[in-house]
Amino acid sequence: MDFIYGLLPADLPTWVRVLGAGIACAVIGVTAMALGPLLYVYAETKVAGFMQDRIGPKRVGPHGLLQTVADAVKLLFKEAIYPAGADKKLFILAPCLVVVGAFLSFVVLPFGSRMQAVDLNIGLFYVVAVSSLSTVGLIMAGWASNNKYALFGAMRSAAQIVSYEIPAMMSLLTIVMIVGSLSLQEVVWAQQGGLQSWFLFRFFPIMPVVAIVFFTAGLAECNRAPFDIPEAESELVAGFHTEYSGFFFAMFFMAEYTEMLVISAVTSVLFLGGWWAPHPALQQIGSVGLGPFWLIAKAWFLMFVMMWLRWTLPRLRVDQLMYVAWKVLLPIGLTLVVLVGGLVLWFPDGFAWDGWVGWPLTLALFGFLFVVMQRAIRWSRKRAVEMAA
Amino acid sequence: MPSAAPSASYLTSHSAILAFLLVVVGFVAVNLVLWKIIRPSRFSEEKLTTYECGENPTGSAWIQFNIRFYVFALLFIIFDVEAVFLLPWAVVFREIGPLAFLEGLVFIAILAIALAYVWRKGDLEWVRTEDRQV
Repeated sequence: MDFIYGLLPADLPTWVRVLGAGIACAVIGVTAMALGPLLYVYAETKVAGFMQDRIGPKRVGPHGLLQTVADAVKLLFKEAIYPAGADKKLFILAPCLVVVGAFLSFVVLPFGSRMQAVDLNIGLFYVVAVSSLSTVGLIMAGWASNNKYALFGAMRSAAQIVSYEIPAMMSLLTIVMIVGSLSLQEVVWAQQGGLQSWFLFRFFPIMPVVAIVFFTAGLAECNRAPFDIPEAESELVAGFHTEYSGFFFAMFFMAEYTEMLVISAVTSVLFLGGWWAPHPALQQIGSVGLGPFWLIAKAWFLMFVMMWLRWTLPRLRVDQLMYVAWKVLLPIGLTLVVLVGGLVLWFPDGFAWDGWVGWPLTLALFGFLFVVMQRAIRWSRKRAVEMAA
Repeated sequence: MPSAAPSASYLTSHSAILAFLLVVVGFVAVNLVLWKIIRPSRFSEEKLTTYECGENPTGSAWIQFNIRFYVFALLFIIFDVEAVFLLPWAVVFREIGPLAFLEGLVFIAILAIALAYVWRKGDLEWVRTEDRQV
């Protein structure tokens, strides 16, 4: 934002320059965030296809790339249905609120040391606060629809989001204790120096647990499988957006995928070094910084993990959901806050083995998973050929 | 850190949020208006009935739901307020040192006792054993 501020002529009043720079940033950000879901939905259908051994979209455009564009255009040509007895004002306001809540988090996402709309000193708190705006939107949607499924879906989603917000906050606290700041930029700066100084590998093996708690809670907060009982199609039709059609429906989807991106990006900032490259040598090519590339690569990898989990794990039941939040994640979270607090005091720079234990183990684990997956795929392909023969 | 630039003062940096809000609301509004212009609208009474898997909807949708939702909402408020109190504590944690750790420990211990109490009372179960017996 400061960069654009500098570009504007200096003889304008300060407030015009500030607001102009802010709006320019916002236009870039909102465009990127609004177009993103087209890509993510396509990616999700392709990933789903891959995991279920089918092809996925392939007719519209090369490799089906334009499928989601076609879907979006189709939704724009659909009727708006306001169900009988619905509270029309709230019914319209709800998807707007959900979208606004999801998009506003973009303000603090750091894509590079200077590529950030604004580095708020309460950044992490702001992300948590703004992303809970969409909870209000979901309840509004469920309440205003005058539909029993929608109401149940909304109540469940509210209960789920508030329950999982607490473990998420607990794992945030540990990072805040290590860094001593709520600013996302400072969290990233504290992880300078390549792969081995990422917070995921600090206090090994404690921080990986924190990361898993945070990511699980994040998954639940964007209503993704296996935590998708608010829209469990086998029992609630579509949950809170049962009655929404056309562009309203598109808005809910846009918000969902945007929230996935935000959760993934925040997880990358907190645990995977944000815009730092895995090795300092990869940080820039010539004079071109690769910060945005690294952050987006990490965020997209985590989004892929979310899709992977969706097609791997079965949906939880509502009581199991509450069990995980309150009896597993919350006690773990509280313990971690105390534990990391003590460790921060006694080992301010982390354990002695932090630089060389965590990341090789993690890489080895991923390598192992990759090999297993490849073998499984090869086996199933072979079997399919045998069955056909 | 881009703090040297003139726009980094407290209020102006927060004005970016305002700018984002304006642009997002504008984006949503433009799209809704566009949609309103190009969409067809042929309403019929049948089409507007709420969806209940093809049955005629019975009664209002604003029905009674499980009281457990309220219990969990209450619990959430307790622990969320705790998190809000702990955030500033975590920010200055390193500066204050062992004293902050001790005080945080006392605070978290009280809440852990509260959690244990609620757990013992069975309020963390979605279906309470007491309710089941009745």
